[in-house]
Amino acid sequence: MTLPVGVPAIEAVDVSRTYQLDGVSVPALRGVSFTIDSGEYVAVVGPSGSRKSTLMHLLGGLDRPTDGRLVIGGRDVATLSAPELATLRNETIGFVFQAFHLLPRTSAVDNVALPLVYRGIGARQRRDRAAATLGRVGLGHRLHHRPSQLSGGEQQRVAIARALVTDPAVLLADEPTGNLDSATGEAVLELLERLNAESGVALVMVTHDQEVAARARRQIAVRDGRVRSDAIHDRPLSGAVGRPATLDGAPSAEPRSVSGSGPGHPSGGSGGAAGATGRLSRPPSGRTAEGVGGDEPQAGGGS
Amino acid sequence: MRLAEAWRVALDALRANRMRSALTMLGVIIGVASVVLLVAIGTGTKQKVEQQVEGLGSNLLLVVPGKLDVGTAPVVSPLTLKDVDAVSRVVGDPGRVAVTIASGATARAGARSDFTTVQGVLETTPTVFTRSLARGRYLTGADVDTSRRVAVLGASVARALFPDRDPLGQQIALAGVRFRVIGVFTPLGQSLGVDRDDEVHIPVTAAQRLWGTQRVDGIAVKAPDRERIDQLGDRIVAELSRRHPDTEFSAVTQQQILGVLGDILGVLTGVLAAIAGISLLVGGVGVSNIMLVSVRERTREIGLRKAVGARPRDIGVQFLLEAVLLTSIGGLTGMGLGVGTALLVDTVSPIPAAITWWSLALAFGVSAAVGIVFGVVPAQRAGRLDPVVALRAE
Ligand SMILES: Nc1ncnc2c1ncn2[C@@H]1O[C@H](COP(=O)(O)OP(=O)(O)OP(=O)(O)O)[C@@H](O)[C@H]1O
Ligand SMILES: [Mg+2]
Repeated sequence: MTLPVGVPAIEAVDVSRTYQLDGVSVPALRGVSFTIDSGEYVAVVGPSGSRKSTLMHLLGGLDRPTDGRLVIGGRDVATLSAPELATLRNETIGFVFQAFHLLPRTSAVDNVALPLVYRGIGARQRRDRAAATLGRVGLGHRLHHRPSQLSGGEQQRVAIARALVTDPAVLLADEPTGNLDSATGEAVLELLERLNAESGVALVMVTHDQEVAARARRQIAVRDGRVRSDAIHDRPLSGAVGRPATLDGAPSAEPRSVSGSGPGHPSGGSGGAAGATGRLSRPPSGRTAEGVGGDEPQAGGGS
Repeated sequence: MRLAEAWRVALDALRANRMRSALTMLGVIIGVASVVLLVAIGTGTKQKVEQQVEGLGSNLLLVVPGKLDVGTAPVVSPLTLKDVDAVSRVVGDPGRVAVTIASGATARAGARSDFTTVQGVLETTPTVFTRSLARGRYLTGADVDTSRRVAVLGASVARALFPDRDPLGQQIALAGVRFRVIGVFTPLGQSLGVDRDDEVHIPVTAAQRLWGTQRVDGIAVKAPDRERIDQLGDRIVAELSRRHPDTEFSAVTQQQILGVLGDILGVLTGVLAAIAGISLLVGGVGVSNIMLVSVRERTREIGLRKAVGARPRDIGVQFLLEAVLLTSIGGLTGMGLGVGTALLVDTVSPIPAAITWWSLALAFGVSAAVGIVFGVVPAQRAGRLDPVVALRAE
């Protein structure tokens, strides 16, 4: 799905999510604000229990904020009914889960075609598109295998194809390599990065791995339901290969604001070796970020 | 989601759990089969009884003392053979008038005996009631006029008393009085569990002498035509009332008997169907139960489907179709089983069974409806599942 020019893929303004547990309000997310532009590559990091998954569910329209404004693909989720939100998920969002979540008795091609079922697309066209998408993730030869007949890496690639088959604006991946060994995980990661670079689909990926996070151009650090930092840094890493031309050769980091320039408007100095890469953190609007620095991912290993 | 797609998904889900689907269907199968079978037996019995009543002879008019109503006490008949003559004059043809005086009695022949119904009758009985003989002859006017001790045996009585001998010409004893067998009836078979061949006909005059009475129990008239049968009945009742002012008389036509019997048997069929319907209901509860299990088991699948764009309705329809498919397949199988069993019962047992299209349509419709009714709650539950919670489920 191609969004109109100037429409951010996702826009969160002071988004909160509170759970009711035995009549007690438990705040999970507290006033999160940021914008994801189309084509961006964002890593979401934070310790376990910091509400990264909760945040991803909101960004993907699986859940609704209890407070604040959340606009996905130009549509304010507060104004959408349950079926409208489902349609929005179908058209705008592609999910990749840590646990793959493939239908076990269904072939790879039919698993990939599943989102198209809910678009009312006919069986033949679904299969054609699913097969083509499986080809894009390098599984053109595994169309009729069931998940149990595939390796973990292949299963995750099927799941990626499923997320991609609807041509979404955003790919949301919650620890997509969490269940894979490092070599397989690296391949999946490279696939995601390649798809992000090639098709312009925004990629928002939760990861525990600092090295992985460092490959993203932008990192959002979450702790205890708040955005601790939101930083952009450009490095000539695989994630940057094939990025829009304006990004190339702009290895320095720059501060960013919610309403400010997206990745398409980099500014700042040039040059700089990886070790010298700047790293700026931006507190969420209207808040003060605590502890900027210490626990932030190190941008390193670029050279 | 397209409906065809939803059907396919539902069918796949049932196939994934063949054993469980089959067991769940079993409840519906048994329910539908018993509805079809019991309705078939009810209908078959009704048809057979109606056939038999019609077989009594068309345009039949029964005249009895007292009111012919369910629950009224029988009245001791004041009627005598003189009244029968009067009725014959009203009818205008003595050949169309039959009488009966009946009593249970033990018939003996040598060492054998058989408890049976002895009927004192006129020679007109075969004409009025359309009876035929297998052997020998029936009573004649002379037999009646002279109170001759002759008897015509029903097929069962003949078999019981003379299993290895020709009954014609043999002697039997009724209440110690000897009668000579002159004929044997063609068998009639059973009706509502009653053996209609368990009877002995003797001249009414001989019967009256045997029991020391002048009365007859009832008069039967074969009306000359159907149109004026009610009118004829009224005239006979009027004549009898004139002769016996203290007694009320009723004339019932075959149509009325059929109507009353039909009502009784219709209610019986309805009760049978309702009892069978309860088992169908139990089958439906089983479907509901299994669907709830299915929703729980497939919570993650539901979450995933929702995550990729399934609307609550899509999920609800998928599970509803699954329930409807369960009960419809169960319903069709049950129909087959019910029809098969009914045909078997009809051929190998004395119980009649007749398949009616409406009972099949009803049974199938009800089973599909049961799927909807009992599938709605699980389907709604599935449709409303929170995708985040569902995806987290184990
Ligand atoms: N439905 C819910 N009801 C109540 N609390 C919830 C609910 N969902 C999430 N939480 C809260 O959110 C916390 C977990 O948040 P979340 O799963 O988003 O963290 P995470 O950063 O993804 O953690 P991890 O790195 O381990 O995946 C739980 O400790 C719980 O308190
Ligand atoms: Mg998580």
